[in-house]
Amino acid sequence: MDGDRHEHIVTARAMGQVVCRSCGQISPMNQQRCARCGERLVSRDTHSLQKAWAWWLAGLIAYIPANLYPMLRTTQMFHTKESTIVGGVIELMHHHAYGIAGIVFFASVVIPVGKFLAIAYLAILTARAHRMDPHRLLWLYEIVEFIGRWSMIDVFVVAILTALVQFDVLATINPGIAAVCFALSVIFTMLAAQSFDSRRIWDQLRGPSVHD
Amino acid sequence: MTAMDNRIGCPICDAIYTLSPEQARGATRCRQCGYRLTLGRGAAIARVVGVSITNLALMSLVIFMPFLDLRAGTFHNRASVFDAILGFSEGIMVPLSIAVLGFILVLPLSRFLLLIYALGPVLMGWRNFPQAQLALRWSFLLKPWAMAEIFMVGVAVALVKLAGMATISVGPAFWAFAAVVALNVYKDTFMCRNTLWTAIDTNT
Repeated sequence: MDGDRHEHIVTARAMGQVVCRSCGQISPMNQQRCARCGERLVSRDTHSLQKAWAWWLAGLIAYIPANLYPMLRTTQMFHTKESTIVGGVIELMHHHAYGIAGIVFFASVVIPVGKFLAIAYLAILTARAHRMDPHRLLWLYEIVEFIGRWSMIDVFVVAILTALVQFDVLATINPGIAAVCFALSVIFTMLAAQSFDSRRIWDQLRGPSVHD
Repeated sequence: MTAMDNRIGCPICDAIYTLSPEQARGATRCRQCGYRLTLGRGAAIARVVGVSITNLALMSLVIFMPFLDLRAGTFHNRASVFDAILGFSEGIMVPLSIAVLGFILVLPLSRFLLLIYALGPVLMGWRNFPQAQLALRWSFLLKPWAMAEIFMVGVAVALVKLAGMATISVGPAFWAFAAVVALNVYKDTFMCRNTLWTAIDTNT
């Protein structure tokens, strides 16, 4: 449907030039750094998929203990209770705080799992020529980039609860090791999304070019 | 050189365009991927610098004022933002404490300082400070890692979790932090890469 609109689009690579990903300035292909902002110039990041997969795997490895180990240790009257991420959500539902349970579930389970699937999908699809609608793919990529950092909510909740609830015998809250694993998982998947070169989406649609 | 100056590339999909000065002042989108090449916001530099200075002042309140106050029976606990950061400061979790310090205080503060450093001279009609380009580039690079707004949502969730067991009152730092978050969102709508980079580039 957008066929004829795309005919006028000229890419910088086709013109033998490079677009700076930091400031948008156009430079000759062989230039190393952008003259305006100093960013390193690459026409295409040839290692982008490798880097994205490496961070993706690191994020997945950290995400497993993040769910198995306790996120919070609550001590009330000498009795210690440990709760995992999902356990905390279930507990909120027992208190009938369905809205907050929904936010925490969305931020700590739906977003991370969705992010792993979306990055894997983009990396597998753009590894070879594809016929998918590039706008859909870009939309998916932008959602991953925009929403991924919001998973950090649960780590901050644990930090605030720990700071506030320190009442000796009555009640204390301490962080569990899963908080570290979860934070690492969020950081790694953010790096995975940033490593992915969005220009692949269009390159692979047109088919690989003869000369690079 | 002038022909080159009117051209702009899309960092998302590599398409290149020639923009007339009128187009560059307005809002433009990449025809291929829809990326906002220019935002077309007038007085962008004055607003970005102004909001950054305001936020810097508000952040000093956040650091030194009480943030939340919790009461349960005879027990009473007052927590500042630093207490939240120090929540992870035992043993193996120290690195997480440092990361939280970065996400909610150091990186947001750094962004304000970098923007003032890079764009302040443009606004005042002075020559660029040394490494102004590096400062502006880093202020964009740090954007995803500055998580003040996410911290505020975390605070909201924590307050609901505690609502049943204790009485909570919010301190001045809470309102200052909320203002920083709101102003920062407003400021980011003026962060037009093309406008800011052109301003630094043409300011000699």
